[in-house]
Amino acid sequence: MRPYIREKTAFGFDDVPVNTSFEAGYLVTVNSGWRSIRPVVESTKCVGCEQCYLYCPDGVISIKDGKAQIDYDFCKGCGICAKICRIGAIGMEAER
Amino acid sequence: MANKTAESISREEFFYGHKACAGCGGSLAVRAALKVLGKNAVSVLPAGCMSAVGFNFPQLCFSNNSIISTFAGTASMLTGVEAGLRAKGFKDFTAVGFAGDGGTADIGIQALSGAIDRNDNIIYICYDNEAYMNTGIQKSGLTPFGAKTTTTPAGRNIHGNIRPKKNMFEIAAAHDIPYAATASVGYLPDFIAKVKKASQIQGTKYIHVIAPCPTGWGVAPDETVEIAKEVVDSGLWYLAEYENGRFTLNHKPKEFTSVEAYLKKQGRFRHLDDDDIRVITESRDKKWEHINSSFEYSGK
Repeated sequence: MRPYIREKTAFGFDDVPVNTSFEAGYLVTVNSGWRSIRPVVESTKCVGCEQCYLYCPDGVISIKDGKAQIDYDFCKGCGICAKICRIGAIGMEAER
Repeated sequence: MANKTAESISREEFFYGHKACAGCGGSLAVRAALKVLGKNAVSVLPAGCMSAVGFNFPQLCFSNNSIISTFAGTASMLTGVEAGLRAKGFKDFTAVGFAGDGGTADIGIQALSGAIDRNDNIIYICYDNEAYMNTGIQKSGLTPFGAKTTTTPAGRNIHGNIRPKKNMFEIAAAHDIPYAATASVGYLPDFIAKVKKASQIQGTKYIHVIAPCPTGWGVAPDETVEIAKEVVDSGLWYLAEYENGRFTLNHKPKEFTSVEAYLKKQGRFRHLDDDDIRVITESRDKKWEHINSSFEYSGK
């Protein structure tokens, strides 16, 4: 399981926990608005070596059918994946 | 193409959707360590970046059990977590702490020393970004010589921090701890192997991992991993282990890369002159004399 976005985003007074504990892995907002550039995987070049998956600080890269796949909801566009990719299968493009 | 390291850790993400800066080295260290330890890890985070970015109610980014401790109390809360779960009859869990360099070498050192002294069965990971980054880059005991921070500004007479970095690894080892190690997020397979090894050892484990902070170090966000590699390649940091009373060096660069090139890449060192760089190079050489004479090389 990875923490996932909940549908409910508004909290009423009754929803606030009475003690200091709360459900783990509870996400309500995305991080995609932080990006000015976005990584794009060229799937014909990608060999699925998983280096980008390992080194992504946000863990947004997963391998599907032997190719890297990016969760753009939580990618911050740091560019580490593009740098770490030895075969240059990941390029950074301007966010529009 | 199979990646051995990726195969050896969980596919699940336990630290996801956090609000750390783009390219954060600390979050990479936390993410990788939790993927080794799995869903039964109970993590303790003191005041610091990783608790600030991980717990923004209701956005809670850890999917394992996690708790924020007092700044000074990471190790003592780990002790309590471990003892409490053991008393409740739980067997399959790991109590792991993630403290920054300030929370380890300055504020939390007493609690850590006490936990090692009691030999509590915990893993303590210090993610070292070499200053109090969360509060806006103040000098900590692990800030290296010459680094510019907001409390050690670079002026005409004094060029940033005037004191060298504390040797936390050997301080932990001096307690005769069962296992201590140094690592860098630039050499992630090495770090992952060390966390795995630590999880199989009984007693207190201390891992010190260099985790660059693009914001505080003055490098581009995509440089994090490269700069974490370069600090090892230039000899300013080293990958080593302490176990059964012996020091082992895991990685020996054939030839050191340029210290000057490493320093000048970073905004926090850009003011250094040739004399400062000579001082840093000399202290590196002295350090390596010590390493070569008293560490065994695991040889590759």
